[in-house]
Amino acid sequence: MTWFSPAMRALIIKELLSVLRDPKSRILLIVPPLAQLIVFSFAATLELTRADIAVYNQDNGAWSRLCVERVAHASFVHQMYPVYSETAIRQLIATKQVMAAIVIPNTASSDEAAGRSVQLQIILDGRRANSDQILLGYLTEILARLNAEPVNASPTISDLAVTRHWFNPNLIYQWFVVPGVGGILVTFITLLLTALSIARERELGTFDQLLVSPCTPGEMIVAKMVPALLIGMVLGILMTGAAAFLFQVPFVGSYVGLLLSMLLYILSVNGIGLMLSALCNTQQQAILGTFTLVVPSVLMSGFATPVENMPAFLQWVDQANPLKYYLIILQGSFLKNLPAAVVWANDWPLLVIAVVTLTTATVFVRGRLQ
Amino acid sequence: MNPGNQTEQPPAIAINAVSKHFGATVALQAVSAQVKYGYLTGIVGPDGAGKTTLLRLLAALLAPSNGQILVAGHDSVTEPEQIHAVTGYMPQRFGLYEDLSVLENLNLYARLRAVPAEEQAALFDRLLAFTSLGPFTDRLAGRLSGGMKQKLGLACALMGKPKVLLLDEPSVGVDPVSRQELWRMVQALTTEGMAVIWSTAYLDEAERCESVILLNHGQIAYDGAPSILTQRLQGRCFRLSGFMTDRRQLLMQALDLSSVCDGAIQGDSLRVVLRADHDLAELRQFSQDNAAQIESLAPRFEDAFIDLLGGGSGGRSALAERFEPIQNSTRSPVECHDLTCQFGDFVATDHVTFHIRQGEIFGLLGPNGAGKSTTFRMLCGLLKPTSGEARVMDIDLRHAGSAAKRQIGYMAQKFSLYGLLSVKQNLQFFAGAYGLDTALQHTRIDEMVELFQLASYLSAEPESLPLGTRQRLALACALMHRPAILFLDEPTSGVDPLTRREFWTHINGLVRKGVTILVTTHFMEEAEYCDRVALMLQGKVIALDTPDALKRSAVTAEVPDPTMEQAFIHLIQTAQSPQQPV
Amino acid sequence: MRKETLQILRDPSTLLIAAVLPIIILFLFAYAVSLDIRQVRIGVVLESNDASAQSLAAAFSGTRYFLVTPVRDRREVVPKLIAGTLRGFVVIPPDFDQRLASPRLRGGLIQVITDGSQPNTANFVAVYAQNVLAGWLVSYQTQATPAPVWVPRFWFNQDIDSRHFLVPGALAVVMTIIGTLLTALVVAREWERGTMEALMSTSVSVMEILLGKLLPYFVLGLLAMMIATLLSITVFEVPLRGSWWALLLTTSLFLIPALGQGLLISVLSKNQFIASQFALITGYLPAFMLSGFLFEIDSMPWPVRMFTHLVPARYFVSSLQTLFLVGDVWPLLLPNMLGMLGLGAVFFFIARRKLHKSLEA
Repeated sequence: MTWFSPAMRALIIKELLSVLRDPKSRILLIVPPLAQLIVFSFAATLELTRADIAVYNQDNGAWSRLCVERVAHASFVHQMYPVYSETAIRQLIATKQVMAAIVIPNTASSDEAAGRSVQLQIILDGRRANSDQILLGYLTEILARLNAEPVNASPTISDLAVTRHWFNPNLIYQWFVVPGVGGILVTFITLLLTALSIARERELGTFDQLLVSPCTPGEMIVAKMVPALLIGMVLGILMTGAAAFLFQVPFVGSYVGLLLSMLLYILSVNGIGLMLSALCNTQQQAILGTFTLVVPSVLMSGFATPVENMPAFLQWVDQANPLKYYLIILQGSFLKNLPAAVVWANDWPLLVIAVVTLTTATVFVRGRLQ
Repeated sequence: MNPGNQTEQPPAIAINAVSKHFGATVALQAVSAQVKYGYLTGIVGPDGAGKTTLLRLLAALLAPSNGQILVAGHDSVTEPEQIHAVTGYMPQRFGLYEDLSVLENLNLYARLRAVPAEEQAALFDRLLAFTSLGPFTDRLAGRLSGGMKQKLGLACALMGKPKVLLLDEPSVGVDPVSRQELWRMVQALTTEGMAVIWSTAYLDEAERCESVILLNHGQIAYDGAPSILTQRLQGRCFRLSGFMTDRRQLLMQALDLSSVCDGAIQGDSLRVVLRADHDLAELRQFSQDNAAQIESLAPRFEDAFIDLLGGGSGGRSALAERFEPIQNSTRSPVECHDLTCQFGDFVATDHVTFHIRQGEIFGLLGPNGAGKSTTFRMLCGLLKPTSGEARVMDIDLRHAGSAAKRQIGYMAQKFSLYGLLSVKQNLQFFAGAYGLDTALQHTRIDEMVELFQLASYLSAEPESLPLGTRQRLALACALMHRPAILFLDEPTSGVDPLTRREFWTHINGLVRKGVTILVTTHFMEEAEYCDRVALMLQGKVIALDTPDALKRSAVTAEVPDPTMEQAFIHLIQTAQSPQQPV
Repeated sequence: MRKETLQILRDPSTLLIAAVLPIIILFLFAYAVSLDIRQVRIGVVLESNDASAQSLAAAFSGTRYFLVTPVRDRREVVPKLIAGTLRGFVVIPPDFDQRLASPRLRGGLIQVITDGSQPNTANFVAVYAQNVLAGWLVSYQTQATPAPVWVPRFWFNQDIDSRHFLVPGALAVVMTIIGTLLTALVVAREWERGTMEALMSTSVSVMEILLGKLLPYFVLGLLAMMIATLLSITVFEVPLRGSWWALLLTTSLFLIPALGQGLLISVLSKNQFIASQFALITGYLPAFMLSGFLFEIDSMPWPVRMFTHLVPARYFVSSLQTLFLVGDVWPLLLPNMLGMLGLGAVFFFIARRKLHKSLEA
């Protein structure tokens, strides 16, 4: 078995030591990603918890006061600012002191009493369209409940359409974010590790030394993969553990399936990193190359926005993005108990990417022996 | 050449009881010295003696732990800006911007040194003429040869007309021709009254300094004119010649004599230095036994240096003794035919042809940029020839399998060790990479650790070791698998003479066991160790012969007994004279 | 300084990151990342054959918000929901007609099932499914009393095109990359190559050298900003309602902490690998996650909220979104400018102190 030849073993040990011998770099590899997982998971929330809202109530009626009161007591509202002119609203919104302003016309209460349709105005800050949609949803709910309260007890629309959110009944946003952030951080670390590995040796002159040694390009590539694979797996498992235990994200899928997919995923990222590294002459190029690859792959992974929202051309390009497949498996394993067939459907593209990139990397290294 | 009124002038540099510690390590201890204007002062000493630290202290980049340094009357701690204004400093790795052209580098330093715009043109003209870099102003610094880089570095350091010039090993990796030019430039500067400090590991350079400061273990071992130190060796240096025995074996035996302090091969003869309190009797007997003629020689500074530091390490290579003799496998283990390599329009090597015999030391010499490295890299299989072929053990290394590559040992210029691994881990890696099994790895590593005295460094990182130890480690790594062929690319660049002696003792021993060696070097004394030398210029081999034959071909009326260096320069110049200079 | 300028021009990889990467990122934010969800794939399970049920199913198919897969049996859509090819499904039960007729049964007219693993989309599916139902009910039965409704008006971004606020935010991320990552790498490389030592032995003070190094990147940053802004206005059709000079002033002030952070990283690490790690961890990712660009800072827990004040991009994102979509709102721009200046001063101060000990080690 060539895999366990002394040369192979020596190469693997060397690669592991270059990354892990220094206690400082060991810490640098594990601690910041975990810290980031925690900070970002708390930061990445699409719920609103502290909205400031301005109220311009032109009406004196009881209904409008009730309406304002309901909004003021809602859990997502932080503070209400009563205002008395459009200019004041403009100023508050432009300077971001409030997120939105409610304008109640002076006929609101009387219209409501007369059974005419009531139209309340809400002015939203277009700079934060995402929060706007959520705020609008919350406010609609308040208005609907207010309307349903009187004796006639006509069911609200949300009573009519009975909604069940499967896998995440309360739509806890962290259940979505934490596994994803973990996956992205693992990507960054493993890609950077492999992308720099060959470039660094080339810059320091040790690569020539390797090339004249009996080690074959295949052995070099395999050896260079090992530390990244190991660190990636450790980090991936740590991230998964942190998500499951620290953030209490339910894990209902198969551990074996996830671990296997994680392995395939890290292999494919390694392949991309090594391919990049074999092409670059300096570490600086490798680092910049990593950025040029990793930023788009995160943006197109389905983490920020669903893949199916992207233009067809980009969706097509995205077929080569390993993170896209891995996120499906990762999120599916946590919340959905993804069937093995679906896991496999997302595994084999990873396998293809890994095989193609690793082969290319080996060919590049061999080509370097011009 | 020094100004007549130097007695009234305050010293350019005054070092008063200066010590410098880095944490627990003491780099310099109670060093006191003075440097005068108009003098060229050499700082010499073995690796790790504190040369670079001293220069950094003088450049006011470091503050002394104790004591005081005055440069041109300014205290290095309280007035570093004034010192920076009057000194030019050229660190070992000079800060040339490789992506900038020669002229752009000069412009940059002119601005950093605040050279007035109206003076700039005249100054540039002078510096360019001085360094003969005029034709290359548009070339990127990264594309310059080693010698030209150093000249450009010197030009940059000279910007702003400094009173004190500090040069940290300016001649490392520079060929003899460029070295000679650098040397002339610096001497011209001292005649103008500048104080120049030149730190070096080349002792022939130190010999030409007007004054040297010899550092050892952070302390001054000698301070004064080199000739005075050299005088002590008068009547202790001899040449043995005309013997029939193998000169390597003879050298080994000579070095083992109790009265011999140092010895080296010079072509077909030996150069031997006696210990201080011994007479010639033993050596005379020895030469009689070997039918050698003996004649007295003038001492050199290098002899004095080695003598002062306690002599060399004996003539036996315990390492080589453990080698199995190499069986005569092929007639010429390394050969190349019409080897040509082209980079775009530039022909790096042009139809190079030679054969290296088994058990031979073959030297590849030439100025920077002559194509030595390119040839070397093609032979190692690191570079693809444009045409022609390079064969090692009758195969092309580029397509060689692991088995063939296991026959090769390789040691490159910068001693390519893994900085992130400890010494022991480096040894383990190279042992493993060359396919030794676990048991053999252990024995070989233990052997190397013992032979090269690496035991106390095992857990250290290679970067933290003195250069000499690092070089030993690199040699250990290259030899662990007992190769039949050894490729050495400037193996002793920047290493002090003691370590160099030890290194060549090992190489000599290995050759006697039948190992074939290809070496590139800038040290002409090392060329003397070679059996044959190929001299390259502009991609072509212009001479290929034994060192003595090369020296003989350079005999002229003015130089009846040329040294290897003189021969080198002569051959290069005659080859260049019909063509335009490069 | 000219040297750095020349180096930037000579080194294609620097140009790559200064020119190509911003364009890629802007392009992706303009086209790939869109928070306006439309055409979400859902299933409609029609278990009833009644005309009313079919009319409701048609209403779901007719909306531009959904891309409907009509089925008869919910067992067909469940696996698709699990696999993620559908984001939800609506069940119109067999007794839909009866429920519709009887006021007492109307509590559960239809069921909406969503894929909660994507909370954002799930929310969207739920809200729009209700909207479709409400709309259909109004047209189907006229007697219902009109419920009070919100009439939303989106100021500064009337069509709530997410590109309008994503592109200015993406500009901030791009500028962080140019300012922090590039500086950190370039200065770390100088340490690695030893050019720093030669520079420090000249009579120019260390701070001057560093400022000289940073200046070209400052100019590069401003240039990149202008090009990216032009691109945003012309190609991505984002309005620029503020003034150019306020934009350039804000950008200049942002570059101070960004470059300062890069400098600090390089002084602390002196090695390109660690520098890039640091730049990634302390520069790029926070610019993404903690700047208020994707996630509302006000909704973060207070320790994280405090921490965002140390992220220069936080001030820049808010300023840029305002400059592009609102105008020169000085009461908002000024405090942000002060924040950036203050952070810049802190970074430079620490970098300077650390630098003094740099050679001794």
